[in-house]
Amino acid sequence: MDRNPKISIRDFNFFFDKKQVIFDLNLDISKNEIFAVFGPAGSGITTLLRALNRLVEMTSDAKAQGEILLDGKSIYSENMNVTDLRRKVGMVFDVPTPLPISIFENIVYGPRLSGIRNKSELNDIAEKALREAALWDDVKDRLNIAAMSLSGGQQQRLCIARVLALKPEVVLLDRPCSGLDPISTAKIEESLIQLKKQFTIIIAPHNIQQAARISDRAAFMLLGHLIEEGTNEDIFVKANKDSRTNDYITGRFG
Amino acid sequence: MNLTAQTREKIAKTFIWAAAVLVLAVLTAIIADILIKGLPVINFSFLTEIPRSMGRAGGVASPIVGTVLITLLAVTIAVPFGIGTALYLAEYTKDGIITRLIRFSAESLAGIPSIVYGLFGFIFFVIYLGLGWSILSGGLTLAFMILPTIIRTAEEAIRSVPLSFREASYSLGATKTQTIFKVVFPSAIRGITNGIILSVGRCIAETAAVMLTAGSALQLPSSILDPTRTMAVHFYILAVEGISAENAYGTAALLIILIFLINVVANMLVNRFVAKGR
Ligand SMILES: Nc1ncnc2c1ncn2[C@@H]1O[C@H](COP(=O)(O)OP(=O)(O)OP(=O)(O)O)[C@@H](O)[C@H]1O
Ligand SMILES: [Mg+2]
Repeated sequence: MDRNPKISIRDFNFFFDKKQVIFDLNLDISKNEIFAVFGPAGSGITTLLRALNRLVEMTSDAKAQGEILLDGKSIYSENMNVTDLRRKVGMVFDVPTPLPISIFENIVYGPRLSGIRNKSELNDIAEKALREAALWDDVKDRLNIAAMSLSGGQQQRLCIARVLALKPEVVLLDRPCSGLDPISTAKIEESLIQLKKQFTIIIAPHNIQQAARISDRAAFMLLGHLIEEGTNEDIFVKANKDSRTNDYITGRFG
Repeated sequence: MNLTAQTREKIAKTFIWAAAVLVLAVLTAIIADILIKGLPVINFSFLTEIPRSMGRAGGVASPIVGTVLITLLAVTIAVPFGIGTALYLAEYTKDGIITRLIRFSAESLAGIPSIVYGLFGFIFFVIYLGLGWSILSGGLTLAFMILPTIIRTAEEAIRSVPLSFREASYSLGATKTQTIFKVVFPSAIRGITNGIILSVGRCIAETAAVMLTAGSALQLPSSILDPTRTMAVHFYILAVEGISAENAYGTAALLIILIFLINVVANMLVNRFVAKGR
């Protein structure tokens, strides 16, 4: 048990209108770990990730109940500054979401909003973020072209770079490799393993193998319920405590 | 009848092609007719002299000035209000009775004949507010006339900005207002500009409503409280009263060129400044 979890989810319930999609969730995520949340379609994983940076409430009629603590502070409390929260808890979506501006402007979008104006400082931030996301060599000569003109895999790495430029504490990755070729996927996975030294990473993996490859700990969710959580070994190597986890991992359902 | 898919495809294609060609041919014929008869009339003095003897002689300098001023005034008033309303409808409210009411009014107003706006402008601005036949009355009236179009096109353009852009922006720590100004608005600017260009075209082409509110004075206005005559009104009077077919054609050709130029310039500006990388 981690006494000082980075994120602590307590008796968390989530509703769209009247429809409940997350039920009594309790989960701790430690600093500098890669935590994978996996499960079949509709399990509420995207919803959970979007609740962690309070993005979900911006675009839909949603209600959260219970607590999510970031460093012990409730993110749903009155005095939580939501834009600060989103800078601290960065997010990469399950499809690439470049903004319709240049590569460079995409990366410095966040830093500019937080008040950084100095051109050379912005240049440094962009280069560092692009290197960390393994995209620098692909784009270093054409930072001013439209981000939309990159390939899907490059766009997704751009989105990762864009989040890193925020210098976040937590990074949420919703299937960051869906639709990517194996080489791009391997590049992203390598970067993530490097990056967990700096951040806490919560990932919805795009398949079980990816979860097994990169996660330190993992949780299996089914229809909004947490079924089982444990270390990588607990979940993917040893016999599962819950037969439903085992069925899902071995491909017997889902 | 039992036609194969390919035959149907061919028939459909032929029809579509024929319709397109027909429309294009008619349009080209009209424009060609006006340009062929009108362009020879246009020269330096036509552009710089005010009309003499009711427009039989002289140029169209004062109608050009009147057109530009009235259109500018109408657009300057209608654009901020129109875009503001569109932003409010698309971004700041949930669908409810008020939004439906605004949208319904805008839609109804868009379908009203311009002469009705003219009558309203005449009664309200010219008579009741005592602004008289003036550029101000005409500009205000046309502002009301184009407002619904601007609201509708802008709202549509704002709504069609993908959700993913907004979410990406929020997720990077932007507030709602920052997101609207940095992402939504620039992405919608093309659609919004199209609505504005359409409205400018309607202002320039309007006759009935401006005649009722700005009058048909031939001299150069010295303030926006002076009456004036727009090019479309000038053209209408020249043609209907049989004053000068030649000058009517010259004015019409000038109108076409003006609208064409406005389109080109507006698109260039949008491409150059706002839509970079979009
Ligand atoms: N904006 C929304 N409004 C209403 N219901 C929603 C909304 N978003 C998601 N849901 C519902 O919430 C449930 C969980 O969806 P969610 O996207 O979180 O699942 P997921 O585990 O990410 O699934 P997938 O594996 O397909 O990505 C689903 O039943 C879905 O229909
Ligand atoms: Mg999902």
